[in-house]
Amino acid sequence: MTKLFETPLYPYQLSADQKADAPVRHPAVVIGAGPIGLAVAIDLAQHDVPVVILDENDKVSWGSRAICFSKRALEILDRLGAGDDYVNKGVLWNLGKVFFGDRKVYEFNLLPEDGHNRPAFINLQQYYCELYLVERIRALQAEGKQIDIRGGSKVTAVEARDDHSRISVETPDGPYDLEADWLIACDGAASPTRKMLGLDFVGRVFEDNFLIADVIMKADFPTERWFWFDPPFNKGQSALLHKQPDGVWRIDLQLGWDIDKEEEKKPENVIPRLKQMLGEEVEFDLEWVSIYTFQCRRMEKFRHGRVIFAGDSAHQVSPFGARGANSGFQDTDNLVWKLKLVMDGLAPESLLDTYDEERIHAADENILNSSRSTDFITPKSEQSRIFRDAVLDLAEHHAFARPLVNSGRLSLPATYDCSRLNGADVTSLPARTRPGSPAADCPLGEDWLLHKLGDDFVVLGINRDVPDSLSAHGISLKGLSLKGGDVNPFVKDRYLGNEDGAVYLIRPDQHVAARWTTYDEADIVSALGRVIGKEL
Amino acid sequence: MSANLKPNLARPDDFYADLLAAHEGLSKADSDALNARLILVLANQIGDNEVLRECLKAASLSSE
Repeated sequence: MTKLFETPLYPYQLSADQKADAPVRHPAVVIGAGPIGLAVAIDLAQHDVPVVILDENDKVSWGSRAICFSKRALEILDRLGAGDDYVNKGVLWNLGKVFFGDRKVYEFNLLPEDGHNRPAFINLQQYYCELYLVERIRALQAEGKQIDIRGGSKVTAVEARDDHSRISVETPDGPYDLEADWLIACDGAASPTRKMLGLDFVGRVFEDNFLIADVIMKADFPTERWFWFDPPFNKGQSALLHKQPDGVWRIDLQLGWDIDKEEEKKPENVIPRLKQMLGEEVEFDLEWVSIYTFQCRRMEKFRHGRVIFAGDSAHQVSPFGARGANSGFQDTDNLVWKLKLVMDGLAPESLLDTYDEERIHAADENILNSSRSTDFITPKSEQSRIFRDAVLDLAEHHAFARPLVNSGRLSLPATYDCSRLNGADVTSLPARTRPGSPAADCPLGEDWLLHKLGDDFVVLGINRDVPDSLSAHGISLKGLSLKGGDVNPFVKDRYLGNEDGAVYLIRPDQHVAARWTTYDEADIVSALGRVIGKEL
Repeated sequence: MSANLKPNLARPDDFYADLLAAHEGLSKADSDALNARLILVLANQIGDNEVLRECLKAASLSSE
């Protein structure tokens, strides 16, 4: 059987652009067909923006790589039409065990909050993640959307100009140039685009190496997350075991900085470690091994004129907490509606500066969390090791110490508290749905609130009458009135608190823009103007 | 609430003796570990980040 990651999914084909006399201009070009590039392109195509994706490869990524997809990422993928594929294939787990040295110090059961369509997170190999997005692109193409994915097309030069970019591409049939009104670089942590434009990638440099292995267990093994601090098979370091679909287990072994990467990767060195970790009697096949190096850093700005960076090309974190791909999806979610409004002339170009502001805020939050996890997992001084070990020893005996154990704080979406796009607030309404926060999902009979919001601007009335539709600033807003049985305890808890009714203006990325306790069209029109950048 | 830096222990000598007794006969490494666990246990009794920050400042003997 040909493995998924050996099959060309978007093989190189000669494009009409290559035969053109002059470089062809496209409204949007995306560099990189990883999860984030594919998501940007799908979102643009769903907004009827013709888009070209360029990637030097033509297959999904090799090995599992990003494996934890958070609730917010799944909600975004729902909007992109791929959420069900992820959830149906992905592995759900609730039980986690924490080991210190050779003993288990405690176990925990994640009891996710009720009343959400999507789970807190699922485990799924990155190659499935990419496969489902490519399948979604094929479905969009079948619907007639202009979304062109060009494999075997390596970008060799990018020239940023005032109102477009010139991109040089190398293909099996030779080079050609094309132009993009807007260029979105999703070409990963080592982003060649970033380098070609001579842009920075700064912040706290945080160096470590991880050996990551995909292992196929031949016998049953529990669906649990196991995390080891200072285990006997990896002294002074950490280890993580996580289940993925198809009986594939993901193992992350921390190796430290000064190591011989080629030596560590050899099966004769990897297999004895894994046997010590899993037990001598456990039979397994080693499917994939890689060494992963990370730093915690970000670009100073994600937007450089008509070139915009999203995902790992813009920011890089440690793997603890699943904040890489998950935050990348949130970048795309934040970017695309703004870009579409600017392209349509409905919003000033400065609206895109708020992509920078909001997503840099989120990136800093992710870098802070992942740096703190790294500090706990790999103490950098004798004293910090003493405290770390004290926490773990106490956690074995006393519940109070368990929240201090930091083996990764799982990705939660950022709330854009200081965003210049935020409008009116009523502080007696629940804090979790304040302006800037991602709208919380709620069941609505057989349906779900986020599904009903979709990717429009929505005026949400709860025990308040709002019109079914509204038009302002050249934009159509959708009205959604919840009454009677739809104002269930989840809706009350998340959107009303002690108030008897409320009106929310929700952005296309499902973040709250403004909220009131009464409906007034003038309030909506004014808040909409603000959220599309008219007051910037 | 702010950190209480006035006398607050009912029987200070008894507490001091208990503290020394807890460390009696321990190696430097075991003593350090005990102190670290003790700090964490005590921090949980306080349970207020602002007060804990003031305690950290008081312990560092910094003037500002």
